[in-house]
Amino acid sequence: MSDKNTSANNAVKDFLAEAEEVADQLGSGLADLADMADSGCLNPDLLNSIFRAAHSLKGLAGMFGLSDIAELSHNMENLLDWLRLGKLNLDQALMPILFESYELLTALIRNVSEGGSVNQTDEIAACVAMINACLAPSDKPSGESPLEQLGLPEHVRSALTEYEEHRLLDNIARGRNIYSVHTSFELITFDLELAGVSDLLKTCGEVISTLPIVGDNMETHIDFEIICGSTRKLQELKELVEQDKIFVTLLGESAPPVSSTLTPSVLPQQVTLPVIPLVQNEPLSPSVQSDEATRSSKSMSRTVRVDIGKLDELMNIVGELVLAHSSISGIAARMRTEGFSLMAIDLGKAAKGLERKLADLQKGVIEIRMIPIGQLYEKLSRIVRKISREQGKKVDLKFYGADTELDKLIIEDISDPMMHIIRNAIDHGIESPESRAAQGKEEKGTIKISSYQKGNHVVIEIEDDGNGIDLEKVKAKALQKGLVHDTMTLSDNDAIDLIFLPGFSTADKVSEVSGRGVGMDIVKNNIAAVSGMIDIETGKGTGSRFVITLPITLAIIKALIIACSDRTYAIPITSVLESLIITADAIKTVERKEVIQLRETTLPLLRLDNFFNIDRQGQVNPSGEFYVVVVRVAEKRMGIVVDDLLGQQDIVIKSIGEAFKRFRGISGVADLGNQRTILVLDVGGMINETMRSGN
Amino acid sequence: MNTKTVLIADDSGAMRAMLISIIESLGDFNIIEACSGFEALRLLPRENVDLVLTDINMPDINGLELISYLRGNPNYKDIPVIIVSTEGSQKDIDKGKLLGANEYVVKPFDPAMLQELLLKYLNRP
Repeated sequence: MSDKNTSANNAVKDFLAEAEEVADQLGSGLADLADMADSGCLNPDLLNSIFRAAHSLKGLAGMFGLSDIAELSHNMENLLDWLRLGKLNLDQALMPILFESYELLTALIRNVSEGGSVNQTDEIAACVAMINACLAPSDKPSGESPLEQLGLPEHVRSALTEYEEHRLLDNIARGRNIYSVHTSFELITFDLELAGVSDLLKTCGEVISTLPIVGDNMETHIDFEIICGSTRKLQELKELVEQDKIFVTLLGESAPPVSSTLTPSVLPQQVTLPVIPLVQNEPLSPSVQSDEATRSSKSMSRTVRVDIGKLDELMNIVGELVLAHSSISGIAARMRTEGFSLMAIDLGKAAKGLERKLADLQKGVIEIRMIPIGQLYEKLSRIVRKISREQGKKVDLKFYGADTELDKLIIEDISDPMMHIIRNAIDHGIESPESRAAQGKEEKGTIKISSYQKGNHVVIEIEDDGNGIDLEKVKAKALQKGLVHDTMTLSDNDAIDLIFLPGFSTADKVSEVSGRGVGMDIVKNNIAAVSGMIDIETGKGTGSRFVITLPITLAIIKALIIACSDRTYAIPITSVLESLIITADAIKTVERKEVIQLRETTLPLLRLDNFFNIDRQGQVNPSGEFYVVVVRVAEKRMGIVVDDLLGQQDIVIKSIGEAFKRFRGISGVADLGNQRTILVLDVGGMINETMRSGN
Repeated sequence: MNTKTVLIADDSGAMRAMLISIIESLGDFNIIEACSGFEALRLLPRENVDLVLTDINMPDINGLELISYLRGNPNYKDIPVIIVSTEGSQKDIDKGKLLGANEYVVKPFDPAMLQELLLKYLNRP
């Protein structure tokens, strides 16, 4: 019963969160529209986005049974539809109607959020009447549409919405040329590339429709046919956008430019508006209005939804401020040595103060990006219930540390790997109730998910009390699949690592649950992509524990800048333990791996130049001394051999995009200021590769 | 038993949540959510989709354009598509069906009706 209440509550919350957001868009869109109505030039995209907002509200409210909101937004949608389809001209008389409807709409939404049941039927009826008064039926002249003359391909024509058709007609009426731009992009990056082309086209006209079509390489590519209108000549447009795999053709070339006889059917029709007296005579009931006026600026919920892109931008600015600060500190230091000591000390003090404030600012911005991992837990528990039902297994899911916070982007990226590990745990780890009972275990298996902060990292542990990973089976399978040739010498840890090999998880019996073509190698790669690490501990009959170690944020980090040959790289300081100078004779070779003795332990080495195949062109470090940066991720340690250490610096990590994600050893690109960029090393990935391959 | 995969393309999170609860009440399904036409295009090759529920009015590409692509692609041409949209005129419905949508559900709708349609297409061999 309470469950039902909660879910109904959640549904209302879902509705409110979204309805408030959509209403905000509607409000700001209307404000922009009013400005445009003043200036007399209308942006069709803006009008369409306002229409879409009203449309979304109507759909939402309808589904949640809020008939008042649905009715009002439906009528607003109608009015906006007429406007965007050119059946009605936007003039100043319309704006008050739109604004009043909008005010009433937000009042209705607020009413829902406050759980109130204020009856506003009369106000709604008044509003709807005003709107309907504008929508006088018009007789649309029929006749041959100029669309026929364009010779649009049938597949394009049939997928045009009424609105797109209208935009097409409007463009023709304005004497623009209509072009078809054919593009072919790779499936993984198509949205970015397409946006690039669209943006270019928008600089000289209007993008009317974007139709995805099946091209020649449909397994890897997706083609688009973009229909756009522009005053530019074909040749000009070709020069603007045409390149490899982008072709521009002029549609309806043979057709004469729009003749005057066509214009009447195409131009927006004027409808005289009997609205002004209505607005003056029948304002909305004063009680509502005055109440609204005092409250309308109050936000309905205490949270703000922010596009994460804006936070990234803010973070970039913070990063640039940090860089600016370090150059000021540099100047202060230089002044001190050059004899301006009094002023230098003052400047140094001021810079210190600035540094503290900058640190606060940086912390504040990072905190905005943080969301509690508990948000993920809800999704996971749904999956667990579903899978355990499917498998006929009894599973108790326990969560700890739900309020541990992580960068939103990391949470998004970690969700799939976690889900896969949990699927595996239920599918392969937890035994059937009968088998558990026979082993003297409780019938119900337990999966424990806990997260906690550890220094600059967040650790997520997923622990089950199932059967554990059968290492002999793993070894046998790796042999059978030809992933290894000899398993005799493999330690237990090496055997566990086998499951991360690409190709291991394509199970012979594809299970419905975990065998969906995603293997542990993908899980590991996804975790590595956010600079994380995964470790497994397993005990036969007692269960397994997956430990995922993640950085708290990827946005801004302290890094050690190192040089190798003539290149520079950044190593996140969170993974650096210490740095040493060693001589060539300290390097020993054990089992074909280079190692050094560091206090009581043996530290495997990785030579950065070998790793990246940097050609030194015969130049060898003449001094015979090396720098070794000792790095650690989770419980694994390694030394990276480099030529020089250039110092510590704050760096702002930028995404390098999907296409570069698979570059081995690189986790991102960072901005060093002065328009210099630097590659950031993927320490976790490098450690793993070294441990596995024997360098 | 084979878990069927349903792709939901709708830009409204609340709407997707509602569709998910309707689908889940029918049993166990693998549900993938796309909040735009582009996202749907990206997700399709990764999953073995058995049914598509799509809205019409979405940012980037609209539901009609999505269906037109599905029907033109030999890999997806037989996937049943149910349009769930607020656009309800006969013209809209005709257009959707002409492009190859199997069903056209106008919002607001009765969940039981959608459930029936889902079962009809998901229980196909």
